[in-house]
Amino acid sequence: MSTTIAPEKVEQAQETWSGQNVPRKEDRRLVQGQGVFVDDVKRHGMGYLHFVRSPYAHAHITSIDVSQAEAHPSVYGTLTGEEVAALTDPFFQIASVPGANVKDYALAVGKVRYVGEPVVAVVAETREAARDASELVEVEYEPLDAVTDARGAQDEGVPAIHEEAGGNLMWHGVYEWGDLDSAFSEADRIVRIDELHFHRFNSTPLECDGALVEYNRGTGQWTIHTNNQFPGFAIIMMGPAMRCGLDKLRFVSQDIGGGFGNKITSHPQLVACCLLARKLNRPIQWTEWRTDFHLSMSHGNERWFLDTEVAVKSDGTLLGFRTRALDDAGAYLRYEPLGGVIWAQVTPGMYKWRHIRVDFTQVATNKAPVSPNRGYSRMQHLWFTERLIDIVAHELDLDPVEVRKRNYVRAEDMPYTTPNGCVYDSGDYAKMLDLALELVDYPSIERRRTDARARGKLLGVGIGSTLDSGTNNFGQSRLINPELQFSGNNEVATVKLDIFGEIVVTLGTTPQGQGHETTAAQVVADILKCSVDDVHVRAGHDSYWNSHAGFSGTYASQFAVTGLGAVKGATEMLRDEIFKLAGAIFGGVPQEALELADGGVRIKDNPEAFLPFMACGAIINANNAGLPEDLGVTLNCRYVYRPPFEVPDVERKYGNLTLTYASQVHVAVIEIDPETGYYDIVDYAAVDDCGKRINPQIVEGQVMGATAQALGAAVHEQYAYDEDGNLLTPNFYDYHVPHALDMPPLKTSYVESASPFTPLGTKGMGEGGGAGIHAVCAAVQDALRVHGGAIVYDSCNPYHRVWEMLNDPSKGARVQVTP
Amino acid sequence: MTASAATTERRISVTINGTTYEREVEARKLLIHFVRDDLDLTGSHIGCDTGNCGACSMIVDGTLVKSCMMLAVQADGATIETVEGLADGEELNALQQAFSAHHALQCGYCTPGMLMSATALLRANPNPSDDEIRKALQGNICRCTGYWNIFEAVKAAAE
Repeated sequence: MSTTIAPEKVEQAQETWSGQNVPRKEDRRLVQGQGVFVDDVKRHGMGYLHFVRSPYAHAHITSIDVSQAEAHPSVYGTLTGEEVAALTDPFFQIASVPGANVKDYALAVGKVRYVGEPVVAVVAETREAARDASELVEVEYEPLDAVTDARGAQDEGVPAIHEEAGGNLMWHGVYEWGDLDSAFSEADRIVRIDELHFHRFNSTPLECDGALVEYNRGTGQWTIHTNNQFPGFAIIMMGPAMRCGLDKLRFVSQDIGGGFGNKITSHPQLVACCLLARKLNRPIQWTEWRTDFHLSMSHGNERWFLDTEVAVKSDGTLLGFRTRALDDAGAYLRYEPLGGVIWAQVTPGMYKWRHIRVDFTQVATNKAPVSPNRGYSRMQHLWFTERLIDIVAHELDLDPVEVRKRNYVRAEDMPYTTPNGCVYDSGDYAKMLDLALELVDYPSIERRRTDARARGKLLGVGIGSTLDSGTNNFGQSRLINPELQFSGNNEVATVKLDIFGEIVVTLGTTPQGQGHETTAAQVVADILKCSVDDVHVRAGHDSYWNSHAGFSGTYASQFAVTGLGAVKGATEMLRDEIFKLAGAIFGGVPQEALELADGGVRIKDNPEAFLPFMACGAIINANNAGLPEDLGVTLNCRYVYRPPFEVPDVERKYGNLTLTYASQVHVAVIEIDPETGYYDIVDYAAVDDCGKRINPQIVEGQVMGATAQALGAAVHEQYAYDEDGNLLTPNFYDYHVPHALDMPPLKTSYVESASPFTPLGTKGMGEGGGAGIHAVCAAVQDALRVHGGAIVYDSCNPYHRVWEMLNDPSKGARVQVTP
Repeated sequence: MTASAATTERRISVTINGTTYEREVEARKLLIHFVRDDLDLTGSHIGCDTGNCGACSMIVDGTLVKSCMMLAVQADGATIETVEGLADGEELNALQQAFSAHHALQCGYCTPGMLMSATALLRANPNPSDDEIRKALQGNICRCTGYWNIFEAVKAAAE
């Protein structure tokens, strides 16, 4: 099953809640089926919404007739693109021109651009009736040629998916740092790689997207119960489109059944729900069916790396690289083209090379829109940099372990400024690699390779070393579009002492299983010197609680920094207010003479003088006559954590884009059956460093989950399309996610390099960097070394692809080395 | 054909976690939709609609089933156990406690189905091997945990 090795002995007994495996507060309700997920929310008289979706990848809509559907006895009403275009404005586009010209609405207007695009919404008394009636909607289409390969999207004669954009180019930018000419003239060897491909998949949270939307006609406000994981983003997309103030959109969630970034861009569907709640004057319930999710929601960025060149010394010292990155955004820019800059958070990967050029192009295709997916955009780039390491090692006959160690940024160089101005806060990558190799007993690998060979198997070992950059500086959006006025980041928490002394915490975040209620309580309990059981963290999110800021949400590996930073700030404010109040009650005792203990405040030299929190809460809330006028104590404290960022230099594309850099080193050992291409992962190690760990068990849970998702993506999961733009994997039969029997034995360990930049020494770490994908790619390539030596070119290596490379090594990447 | 002609209503009776419910139900309604939408027992979840994910797993007349693969009318007269019936009042059972202790859940969406599959396993085989645990849970998808902690929890509950 799984083995955890603690690398260092615990030096002293824990005296704080932080650092301990406190059982999760969330679990009690969840193991009893008492969680409240969006589809559990019901209202009297609600109507079920079902979307009529496009059967074509690319077509003009010539007519829509909803009359038969409207006549269905159970139908409450419908919504068409024509109505949407009249009632709303197109969504704000993040892109500069040409992507800025894309017109994107809640429903297709005039044209469909991918199979599964919502065309009409039908609302009926039951889920079943809504589906029935959807089949009565008559839509006539005039099909157009579909664009399904990003590499040909800009060719002459290829139809423009968005005519307003004048073609299929959505965004282009050139990133160049250092001195490429010098690097390539200084190089002993230049390695050229024709083409590498990072495939399209996502994390398929088990709960699909959904909402229950109510409209209050008297106030003009919508209450949107939804599992959207980034209300701060949804609200700024929806408000302007719906021509309403942001305060008219109240977002509420309790439990969310997984998100992984895939639940950030549901704003078009939420707008359709809002319009129908107003039009039909009744609550609207929408829950995706699994196939709806696969067809239309938040595919991960598919990316090609073309004409790559790597400058390297004979000893394996890496000098630099240049490449053309081609990103397939799908049919609409829902969060894109931010993927065109997010990768730059990890420009050099874990390595010291200083001369880098990436010519980045993003195009539209007739596939589902891409949006953030765990590891968003950095995973693609880190896979690429790791591929470069292993291809260079292969071509120059060097040891991949040695090439890594020679080029890793060293612990003594931390904090390390990358060529593009990002600052790696802390870490010891070489130590992590040693730990990972130890876990798989690396010295025995050659013996095991021989053993495997004797059994007719090809053994391969591969390393994946990656970063999980966290806490975005939203100023990076200006590198995509200099006119944008975003920068920095923020998150909010409130902590109050209620009338009976209850400690109540609200968060601005929208957790999807990360245990925020628990870790927040640990931080609060440490500051207020009480038990975690005394801290009540409200479950879920409600934007009306005043615990909401522009970037509130749960995404992009940041809670342990932004969320807990806010919790710490608010709790320290409350602590100081308690001291102020107690000082006054005790007759002018200064703060320095007071301390918190045992659920109250007392005078250090006179522990008999003790005021329990209950008394503090009661005095301020219900018994406050006679208190000094200038006391300035409410015992209800709100804190906004704002990380220290500058606006990046747009001209040089230079600046610190994220605050923290958690790191991962994974090692996979596989055995391939050369007859069939089938392989098993026979040994696997994951070493993680996310700085200070507030709850080690929760951290390890994230490491395990990210590992499992990476292994699924590496071996099986892909959103494959045929040439007409039909999705070939629209359900869990065809889209194989890992099952219990797929899981390899797992060994984990950790290093703890506290971040010098964050309030608690923590780093965001939820995304995991996709190290497993690279480790498997590297292991496959290593195994094939003695069997034709094909170079792994794709991030997904199902058995048939391995079989192809075994049988015809030219099916691998084309690589040339000069001289 | 009109869209509603294919269905007819039928009166059924099911006993879930000790409570008997009698309801009119459309013949084509799935058991999971009946339990969640009509009876408001929302502990059991839906993750795939195709019988792959197991989030809707229940024990029907002693047999583990995926309730999205069964019509409500087929359950007429049945005795059904769902996640809501596992705890003894306020007291979580050994399996529920083990899931929490071993961090075998994150978002908790797959957990009700996972618990029912593990319950069925431990009833049939109180001391399962590691392999038997994996096989018993292969019909339940979890996207958060990678399963490793779930295996540990089931093993601990068995002990």
